[in-house]
Amino acid sequence: MDTLMLSRLQFASATFFHFLFVPLTLGLSMLIAIMETIYVRTGDEDYRNMAKFWGKIFLINFAIGVVTGITLEFQFGTNWSKYSEYVGDIFGSLLAIEATVSFFLESSFIAVWAFGWNRLSPKAHAITIWLVALGSSVSAIWILIANSFMQHPVGFAIRNGRAELTDFLAVIFQPFAWFTISHTLAAAYILGSFFVMGVSAWHLLRKQHVTFFSKSFRLAVTFGLIFAIVEIVQGHMNGAVVAKYQPAKLAAMESFWNTQTNAPQFLFVVPDPQNERNLIEFGEIPGGLSTLAFHDSKAEVKGLKSFPPSERPSVWMPFIGFRVMMGLGFFFLFLTSFAWASRKYITEKPLLLKVLVYSIPLPYLACEMGWMLTEVGRQPWVVYGMMKTEQAVSPIAASQVGISLAAFIAVYTFLGLVAFYLIARHARRGPELETAPGGATAAEVEYA
Amino acid sequence: MLETIWFALWGILWAAYFALDGFDFGIGTLMPFIAKDEAERRAIYKSMGPYWNGNEVWLITAGGVTFAAFPKTYAVMFSSLYSALLLILFALIVRGVAMEFRSNFESSGWKRFWDFGLWIGNFAPGLLFGVAFANLFRGILIDGQGVYQGSLFSLLNVYGLMGGILFVLIFLVHGSIWLTIKSGGDLRKRAGLVAARIWFVLAAMAVIFLAATWFSTKLYDNYLKTPGLAVIPLAAVAALFAIRFFIAKSEWLKAWFSSAIFIIAVTLFGVTGLYPNMLISSINPAFSLTAFNSASSTLTLKIMLGVALVFVPVVIAYQVWVYRFFAKESTPEVAAAGQGAVGAIKARTASGLKAG
Repeated sequence: MDTLMLSRLQFASATFFHFLFVPLTLGLSMLIAIMETIYVRTGDEDYRNMAKFWGKIFLINFAIGVVTGITLEFQFGTNWSKYSEYVGDIFGSLLAIEATVSFFLESSFIAVWAFGWNRLSPKAHAITIWLVALGSSVSAIWILIANSFMQHPVGFAIRNGRAELTDFLAVIFQPFAWFTISHTLAAAYILGSFFVMGVSAWHLLRKQHVTFFSKSFRLAVTFGLIFAIVEIVQGHMNGAVVAKYQPAKLAAMESFWNTQTNAPQFLFVVPDPQNERNLIEFGEIPGGLSTLAFHDSKAEVKGLKSFPPSERPSVWMPFIGFRVMMGLGFFFLFLTSFAWASRKYITEKPLLLKVLVYSIPLPYLACEMGWMLTEVGRQPWVVYGMMKTEQAVSPIAASQVGISLAAFIAVYTFLGLVAFYLIARHARRGPELETAPGGATAAEVEYA
Repeated sequence: MLETIWFALWGILWAAYFALDGFDFGIGTLMPFIAKDEAERRAIYKSMGPYWNGNEVWLITAGGVTFAAFPKTYAVMFSSLYSALLLILFALIVRGVAMEFRSNFESSGWKRFWDFGLWIGNFAPGLLFGVAFANLFRGILIDGQGVYQGSLFSLLNVYGLMGGILFVLIFLVHGSIWLTIKSGGDLRKRAGLVAARIWFVLAAMAVIFLAATWFSTKLYDNYLKTPGLAVIPLAAVAALFAIRFFIAKSEWLKAWFSSAIFIIAVTLFGVTGLYPNMLISSINPAFSLTAFNSASSTLTLKIMLGVALVFVPVVIAYQVWVYRFFAKESTPEVAAAGQGAVGAIKARTASGLKAG
């Protein structure tokens, strides 16, 4: 393999792995902040213990999110130096702002939160987790603005052989970015809520810590339902934005070959990219795709064939990514609605509880599939319509990248297994309930 | 002008990063040689626990600012130093998870494994940053297209290795002083002793490195041209002696601040000597990247400056608050750390009850 392919594999592995931890950080920090706020408002000790129990999982997850994030920032320089040189004026500044404005905030206050249970008033302590949650979400916003520049570059001019910033506000406030931000944050909040629901369900099935986990469950299911609804509505709008700005991605994710007005939507499609057609098209809804993409059944939808082969993304990955993500999105709405309706007598619904336990991995899958669609669907461009991925790679030896890729796979696999084990172990053990308020649990003293 | 301001900020960010994460590097490097039992190892982890994460963000910011303000330098520097940088990043990953994972499982094998991770994860970056910066001072093999013509091993020249050793010694002094402040009992005494002794090795190495710098680099040119700049190396020398002075008086916090000032002055000495170069080509000086030929557009530099002027003071303010917050309340646990786990729990419970 050449440097380009190895670098793509390395960046893909590193981002996919990083994003196994990011959404839980985003979702869980918000839920823990809500739990602590309820504790401050009502004085109900259960909510304090909830924040502690979920907080322990949060800390393990957070640490891996942090350390795997740094490698990404540096990989733009190590592996994509031509890209960095070309768009650093805009893209680099967004990353630098992210670190200054938000990453410091979450990384500094996470320690105060973790070590500060007995040193701060409950109110002040709750504020620290809000700062962490705020820092995480704002951090995600800046990164997604940067990613959106790669998807739909705006606010620049080509000068001195590179893209230079001309309109900062256009870069920050472009609709593409805010659609991506709301989509990604809502997905992360859904993931956080499914995590809490699933672990709670596991304990409720075993009838242990019933009050504790019923309360956790009820909080999470409401949170999850809200964002599952948001995500469906928003996801549809997101599709429309892709249709407008990235027609080739839309064509690839729908495996749509010939440009036509009044484009139909098929319920079942099997693509055949080699022959530039679909093997099977079944269940035609006339004008369906035009309607979904442009809110007009007569609108013209561009087919893949209207793009030169050198400017088409591959079909299979965006196609599958889109279908799995969307299917799961509807499943989340269905499941959270059902669970929310039964939230008051959830302990009497063992089947539902079981489904919730096994649903924990599904939002993870949906998130990764969404990113696969977004990033593979952008190819062959690294910056859409402006710079191709093959032009972006560093002039370095393939052997170097081969070795580092192998190291990434080895280290990340190991980390992933250890993290999974630790989180699962802690989740199963359940809360260590305190007898006296203000007393220290063993776990807290152990934290080093 | 903007380019020069950003060049200065770039140097200050790296200096701040080394002054902060430097004590983590030093303590981690020292741990296998100083900790005698589990309670001491725990005290050592605790001396870094609340801080390493916030400290590491200064690296992310330094990297981010290189990218934002000097994209071409970022591109060529990071791709040229590929293997060294990735080694640093892997080491930092191991360091971070060691801090977090170690306490999550009761098994001596598990703990020993992460103790090794903590050691290598702090020793390797300290050494490699030294090697990397010494090579930046000296110049590396980049051609007219910004393509690196050397390998990881061409960085391991004598001057580069001396830089690595110097950094490790600096961090050892910095870390052992911090550990003296943050620990109690016998560990505190031994850490203080280490700081006092290694200081002499550091002083000797600093002299050797400065002499080697005369022969291996052009760093002194700027100082000869503008003698007023000599205030930076003089500050470094003064800070170095202040470290020893305060160690002798057992005024550890002052010794630590002297050490921090020393680190900042040493970094700025190198960076000021480089100016306006950021990445010197040892093949042909004409290929070198400077603050001027690699900078971002004026608009980007202005916006970034606005962001930095508003947010960096805010960041410093709350990080100072965090450090003071942990300094204030740490006393009972520090005292208990030498008494083992039960003592620590008792002390924590007592302080908790007091607070509650």
